[in-house]
Amino acid sequence: MMAGRVLLSGNHVVAESAIRAGCTFFAGYPITPQSEIVEYMATHLPARQGVFIQAESELAACAMVYGAAATGHLAMTASSGPGFTLLQEGISYLAAAELPALIVDVMRCGAGLGTIDPAQSDYLQATKGGGHGDYRCLVYAPANHNEASYLTFLAFQKAVQYRNPVILLLDGALGQMMESVSLASWECVGAGIDPRAIAAYALDGALDRPPRRLGMTVYVNPHFTAGLREKFEVMRRAERRCEAYLTGDAEVVLVAYGITARVARETVRMARQTGVRGGLFRPISLWPFPYEELCEHARHASSIVVVEMSFGQMVEDVLTAVRKQGPPVTLFCSPEGVIPQSTALLDFVRASLRGETDEVKP
Amino acid sequence: MARLLRATRTTYCPGCSHGLIHRLLAEALGEFTHHPIIGVNSVGCSVVIYEYLAVDFVQAPHGRAPAVATGVKRMRPDSIVFTYQGDGDALAIGMGELIHAAARGENITVIFVNNGVYGMTGGQLAPTTLPGQKTTTTPWGRKESESGFPIDACSLLRSIPGVAYLARSSVHDLKSVHAARRYMSRAFHTQARGLGFSFVEVLAACPTNWKLDPTLAIKRVGTELVRYFPPGEFVAKEGSGL
Repeated sequence: MMAGRVLLSGNHVVAESAIRAGCTFFAGYPITPQSEIVEYMATHLPARQGVFIQAESELAACAMVYGAAATGHLAMTASSGPGFTLLQEGISYLAAAELPALIVDVMRCGAGLGTIDPAQSDYLQATKGGGHGDYRCLVYAPANHNEASYLTFLAFQKAVQYRNPVILLLDGALGQMMESVSLASWECVGAGIDPRAIAAYALDGALDRPPRRLGMTVYVNPHFTAGLREKFEVMRRAERRCEAYLTGDAEVVLVAYGITARVARETVRMARQTGVRGGLFRPISLWPFPYEELCEHARHASSIVVVEMSFGQMVEDVLTAVRKQGPPVTLFCSPEGVIPQSTALLDFVRASLRGETDEVKP
Repeated sequence: MARLLRATRTTYCPGCSHGLIHRLLAEALGEFTHHPIIGVNSVGCSVVIYEYLAVDFVQAPHGRAPAVATGVKRMRPDSIVFTYQGDGDALAIGMGELIHAAARGENITVIFVNNGVYGMTGGQLAPTTLPGQKTTTTPWGRKESESGFPIDACSLLRSIPGVAYLARSSVHDLKSVHAARRYMSRAFHTQARGLGFSFVEVLAACPTNWKLDPTLAIKRVGTELVRYFPPGEFVAKEGSGL
């Protein structure tokens, strides 16, 4: 058993943290760049009182997770890009049946088959409801391995608390890169899983209670839909998470999450050395997006630079946050599967302050 | 006998076989008085089976019932876990999940109701629609040259080593009804003994979408359907009670 600081890939961090958090069921399908999660679970989960199944597709994988979740166990799956699309069916069913699960997307580049290179191009699919119908999922985006471990625990806790799937959004770079990490524990999160919360819905075969039904056509029931809507509103209000770095006096605020936030942080540090007052605002929960927090941290800024490894997806939430009265929003995007360089980003930041970058408008 | 059947009237169409098959299923499951039982209901007319059978149910996405049942069974191995699926659910959108659950030898039971038509959506072509049969999407009758041939689920599953029990019956007369009941019982005993995947196909009537009088519809099951999909027990691993 690993203790203290260990050197692991992001994929292995998530897999090991999930097992430590009490995940006892994993079903998945291999796809680059997340296959190491599937392999890790195949190797380690059965020896630690869990069940691993390599499914015939992501559709089946998420359906298996749904079945396992219905029995009151902590279940998860992981995929990337094209596979994440196939998971959406099951995610929608999990949300409708009010069942907890952890869904991991290690994002890769492009629409269609795209490439196996790292990207942040599933932002909209993850945060705006990639499946059908009225539902929301908490979406967490770690920027380093310690945080990935912590957020894996937190995701399970929130999934059970709200009886709803939670999405952990990594990119191929975080998934693949090795980093020194102190794995999290339930003490880090503060509270574990409440078994009474699970007992309230779990199917066990009904030997000593009336039978239960999960995921029926409950939307025709106004009490159910009102309750579901209220739950999502509570999540929207209570679950915003973000981190700010040197935004107090920032004339330019960079907004980035995941791997690009690390480049942006380095860029802020370099900018400060050359007299440019940069700051970084990093959303950790992508849904709910920390709109008000961003406004607060960007209140002195004359420029906002959104940094994304996509054509620009999160930028829509940034525009929503700052609306008309905020500083102009510009976009530095790197959609071709390459992590941006801090020097190139710094040049862009300087240009934005000179008003030489194109403003992104709604 | 059928203590698991709720005391209520079904909302199925007159002459529909689901009500009868539900009763047989409740009787077969009723033999397992000390086993937890968890059902997976699927998409189609029988989605409302939870109204009639008094066991735990979880609703599967269209076609995924064997995968959902896999997740349930692996985490509750002491339970009797079954799916109840129609022909569109099991053999069209859910063929992948069905074949792979069988290939894994998943210790679940699939009750497969074959009436050769999509019922809930109003009578479209199913994978088991017979050649020449008119549906709303084969308005001049099923032509093999255009929409292919009916799929025989039992022939398909027979070659898979993970299948421990495989049988097909109709419900067009007393003898076939008793056989269907017996096959279900054997399938569940196969599961209870942990022998592997069990599958019972039931040939059924859909008078509404066949546009036939209920008596003519059940007669058609006993003639045309039985001719194309011959009933019988095809696989019974040692210990399955055959």
